Amino acid sequence: MNMETTVGLESKRKEAATAPKLRIRNLNFFYGDFQGLKNISMDVPEKEVTAFIGPSGCGKSTLLRTLNRMYDLYPRQRAEGEILFNGDNILKPKQDLNLLRAKIGMVFQKPTPFPMSIYDNIAFGVRLYEHLSKAHMDERVEWALRKAALWEEVKDKLNQSGLSLSGGQQQRLCIARGIAVRPEVLLLDEPTSALDPISTAKIEELVSELTQDYTIVIVTHNMQQAARVSDYTAYMYLGELIEFDTTDTIFIKPKNQATEDYITGRFG
Amino acid sequence: MVRYQKRLLVNQVGLALSMVAMVIGLGALVWILGTLLFMGVGALSPKVFVQMTPPPGNDGGLLNAIYGSLLMVAVGTFIATPTGVLAGIYLAEYGQRSWLAPVTRFVNDILLSAPSIILGLFVYAIYVAHVGHFSGWAGSFTLALIAIPVIVRATDNMLSLVPNSLREAAAALGAPRWKIIVSVTLRAARAGVLTGILLSVARISGETAPLLFTALNNQFWSSDLNAPIANLPVVIFQFAMSPYEDWKRLAWVGALLITFSVLVLSVVARVLTRQKISA
Repeated sequence: MNMETTVGLESKRKEAATAPKLRIRNLNFFYGDFQGLKNISMDVPEKEVTAFIGPSGCGKSTLLRTLNRMYDLYPRQRAEGEILFNGDNILKPKQDLNLLRAKIGMVFQKPTPFPMSIYDNIAFGVRLYEHLSKAHMDERVEWALRKAALWEEVKDKLNQSGLSLSGGQQQRLCIARGIAVRPEVLLLDEPTSALDPISTAKIEELVSELTQDYTIVIVTHNMQQAARVSDYTAYMYLGELIEFDTTDTIFIKPKNQATEDYITGRFG
Repeated sequence: MVRYQKRLLVNQVGLALSMVAMVIGLGALVWILGTLLFMGVGALSPKVFVQMTPPPGNDGGLLNAIYGSLLMVAVGTFIATPTGVLAGIYLAEYGQRSWLAPVTRFVNDILLSAPSIILGLFVYAIYVAHVGHFSGWAGSFTLALIAIPVIVRATDNMLSLVPNSLREAAAALGAPRWKIIVSVTLRAARAGVLTGILLSVARISGETAPLLFTALNNQFWSSDLNAPIANLPVVIFQFAMSPYEDWKRLAWVGALLITFSVLVLSVVARVLTRQKISA
């Protein structure tokens, strides 16, 4: 009796620590007639880093892009099933996409600075939903740039074009831009694949730091990166979710043979 | 070795042929510009810019024609720019899901290469014939019709060159569609769009045929767009065909002025495009 209570409490505590931020249920995704995702169900835990890994074309980016409905920009792409974000199905037709994307931010594979000053790159998103005084905006810009470990490098040239920065700096600028609007979830789509090792290390450090405040989902085809930065890992293959567990389990003793083959490099 | 000799020979023949082609093309151009410069500069004088078009045998200038041309090109551009840019935005940014965009793009391409005299006749038929007189408005409207397809095409092309990743990045921050277009994509494409507008201005400043049917001409100073108005192309047409030496001289000056302004516009457009590429 006593023991049962303890076990019950423990599992409860564990659940609370990893409460799902996003619940994906029976998700199917179509590019026209081609089915890109097949019946995916998983929970993305809050304030943890979840990595999607798998060979090219396995659907990991597709899955990421359903989480903020980025696919909606394009005709002939559609998703079926449910994605519950704070208990609300974001796939419903009436979903306000702008509000959704303000809460679920995204950083892309290639740096995408806007053709405006470094300052305005950060302020652009903030101005969409908040009316801040000049002083508060300055504070917010500095805060975001510090969070993204870019402040020291750009503080004297905030009025220069965002395009004048190096690739690694541009990517950190994009991360700063993403967190400046204070989203609840940050989606990273292969954020370091176009960067040199030093910039990559900086961004990985940043991810570990940001996870204290944000739920992070990262797509990567660098397995070492998934192992380094993530708490949970999902292995995908041909549009299916093969295995989803804590990163330690996936990398040390995966339950599925296919996952093990991929992790150990026998396949992929 | 024989094959190598043969290749060398073919290369030299090819080079020679393309040089000849270049000389023919460029030669004609240099000839035209040279004659224009020689005849035009010789007749150029301050009077051109301060006096009205004269009756034959009298002293005079081109002031009313320069003014009329500037006015009509300005009004035409003023009508064409917002129309063309907005239509281009529709084609590139909003039209992906609709059948209307490809159809519009196709029709626009036809308009782009339609002979301008047809546009002049069109405005003559629907406007000039109804109100019963030629007018500056009719001329401006025709020029706008010529400029719109150029601007639509340029805006559409330039916006299509903006990578989708930039649109996605702005959308990912929760920016609404119009905001993405105004602040990000149009901004990224602004040099190209501006170039398109300048080129359309250059295009309409030399148009003669459509103005013959719409604005006609006016011997005197007039800034009334509701009446026939003087303009450089029609003055050149009229004066160059006349038997009077002084009119012919003024025609040369007018031609020089138009050519020079088109040259300036093209150079500015080129500089803008270059800046866009380096940025």
